[in-house]
Amino acid sequence: MATNEMTGAEMVLKALQDQGVDTVFGYPGGAVLPIYDEIFQQEKVEHILVRHEQGATHAAEGYARSTGKCGVVLVTSGPGATNAVTGLTDALLDSIPMVCITGQVPTHLIGSDAFQECDTVGITRPCTKHNYLVKDVNDLARILHEAFYVATHGRPGPVVVDIPKDVQFAKGRYVGPKNIEHKTYRPQVKADQNAIRAAVELIATAKRPILYTGGGVINSGPTASKLLRDFVEMTGIPITSTLMGLGAYPASGKNWLGMLGMHGMYEANMAMHDCDVMICAGARFDDRITGRLNAFSPNSKKIHIDIDPSSINKTVRVDVPVVADVAHALEDMIRVWKAKSVTLDKKALDTWWKQIDGWRAKDCLRYKKNDDVIMPQYAVERLYELTKNENTYITTEVGQHQMWAAQFYRFEEPNRWMTSGGLGTMGYGLPAAVGVQQAHPDALVIDIAGDASVLMTMQEMSTAIQYELPIKIFILNNQYMGMVRQWQQLLHGNRLSHSYTEALPDFVKLAEAYGCVGMRATKPLELDDAIREMIKVKRPVIFDCRVAALANCFPMIPSGKAHNEMILGEDVADEDVGTVIDAKGKMLV
Amino acid sequence: MNAHLQPSGSAYFLDTVKPVAETHALAVIVDNEPGVLARVIGLFSGRGYNIESLTVSETQHEKHVSRITIVTSGTPAVIEQIKNQLGRMVPVHSVADLTVQGNALTRELAMVKVSGTGEKRVEALRLADAFRARVIDAGTSSFIFEITGKTDKVEQFISLMVPLGLVEVARTGVAGITRGADGMKV
Repeated sequence: MATNEMTGAEMVLKALQDQGVDTVFGYPGGAVLPIYDEIFQQEKVEHILVRHEQGATHAAEGYARSTGKCGVVLVTSGPGATNAVTGLTDALLDSIPMVCITGQVPTHLIGSDAFQECDTVGITRPCTKHNYLVKDVNDLARILHEAFYVATHGRPGPVVVDIPKDVQFAKGRYVGPKNIEHKTYRPQVKADQNAIRAAVELIATAKRPILYTGGGVINSGPTASKLLRDFVEMTGIPITSTLMGLGAYPASGKNWLGMLGMHGMYEANMAMHDCDVMICAGARFDDRITGRLNAFSPNSKKIHIDIDPSSINKTVRVDVPVVADVAHALEDMIRVWKAKSVTLDKKALDTWWKQIDGWRAKDCLRYKKNDDVIMPQYAVERLYELTKNENTYITTEVGQHQMWAAQFYRFEEPNRWMTSGGLGTMGYGLPAAVGVQQAHPDALVIDIAGDASVLMTMQEMSTAIQYELPIKIFILNNQYMGMVRQWQQLLHGNRLSHSYTEALPDFVKLAEAYGCVGMRATKPLELDDAIREMIKVKRPVIFDCRVAALANCFPMIPSGKAHNEMILGEDVADEDVGTVIDAKGKMLV
Repeated sequence: MNAHLQPSGSAYFLDTVKPVAETHALAVIVDNEPGVLARVIGLFSGRGYNIESLTVSETQHEKHVSRITIVTSGTPAVIEQIKNQLGRMVPVHSVADLTVQGNALTRELAMVKVSGTGEKRVEALRLADAFRARVIDAGTSSFIFEITGKTDKVEQFISLMVPLGLVEVARTGVAGITRGADGMKV
């Protein structure tokens, strides 16, 4: 049809509209100008101009994580593409669906070291789920639709589409998204029913079962969280979750043990260590979770539900692998469970819960309260109490504050918690908050930040101002790279090499310079009022919360230790911190 | 219970005793699109797997499908991981482990240049005959032999040529296919 004839740049916008994209995060440059010209001439797709391409990628991640939709990024060639690499890698490790369109120099200049040329597909090959270089405008529409299909199907991830400038100008035939899927990429979403039956039979024999869930439950969609809650309700099994999976099961749920792993709850880690049947759903036995592998949950049979077969048996051998989307697998398991009228050994389960309650009595998050300085844990606790009844979304940067946020903020719903788990990208939270707020204009979006992390992408405050996105940057300011310092204390004889920021900006003045609201709290007594004030302000806020400088994050599984060898905060006086980890453990990351 | 079976791969795992490595030949059907080979090789280098040999060629022109045969080595857990990592790549159609299937044929071709005169030259020709290597070029002081066969046969032939004046070798790497009527899923 003649009407399908259009330029490559027009195709990009048409394809975005046909994919239901309402927001693109991007930054213009020479090699994407034709696409920006098309953006200018339409109103269906809103473009959010960031201040650095890394910000665009994290904003798209925040948008994607909080909506369940695909995040979209548009950047130029060369530095535009290389600046996006951190966010692409972050999205790859945390399985966030993202399509990143990059401009490229015209095809006849590729390989000539042209101005702002880089080998984008070469550079991004290992940090994307898939990528494309479009050499013919007639392939462009198909590739764009395919990119969305690949990004959102199976284990989600980032996809780069690199479009040379001449292809953006060239005219070709547009094809719609209908019937476009990848010709061979068909991830398995429905489990082998034999595996489901084996899983149910194994759970039925359990005396000390535990559910260990992860970001896969969130990625699977709200149905998966619903089914997870049903499954827990039906079976009475205790449940813990990774950092990425918080909110899939409500923190107020009666079977909730809290997060597990390096800075997870004592009861969760002990239960993982002592369980006899472990059901891992949408998690991947990351090293922050398992601790020392050869002492990881040594006496359990393990069921692993994962959509990505390469996650199964990667680091931990499992007994019942279930390759499936979590929602499908849970649905099947619930059905089989009911059909067979399975019941767990009630007496054994009661004993198990008693044991867990014993661990819980340790009160592992306990910290020393202080009337003079704000303890960081206290700050997050108060933030939670004062925002829990609002429509709140939380993002974080990376470090101690991130762990305190995970420990002390309690999530009731999925998609409310945006954090950089796998890659651990400092600077993630602020731009992610921009993306979340753009997707949820009326929500209360708070970045629980650290003073070091937040400076890495601080320029995105300017984006928040431009688009009137009232994000709240709640900085737990201890003037240190706290987690780096904690490790130096634990592992390097308290030699605090470059973990103290000697010249921090005045965050209140910085806020004012950006044109947003700056606030500060230095005493516990003034904290509540200040937080209330922050919530009330309908503009972007930078909140400088001055916290105890030397607080450390506990409990902790030290390097090279097992789940049942956690150190608790009360065990470690500040002067003894250096002796907690033995020489062998100090070799590790 | 199964702690002793845990594979390495984590920063936390300090045990230096490694299970014995096995050599496996994998056949991988891929879309013949730009960058697909770089993608496969990048997977191996990025994740620290070995490539002992790699061959690739388009096998179905109309479908733009290529077949890659990779010979790799690793512990059984690593081999399993390699297959899974290959299998989840977007342009990969299917992965077959020819070594596990057991009934596979593997062959490679080598061109072997030998230079010499007199008794050595005669001996080289005699050995070539015994190994069913063909002479594809001959001069007064050199031969080029073409030999096809399993890797160990090729290896053996080449090592026999060393004292007889081996000059250089060009090898294709291993190609493999299973016996019987069934083919790989494309």
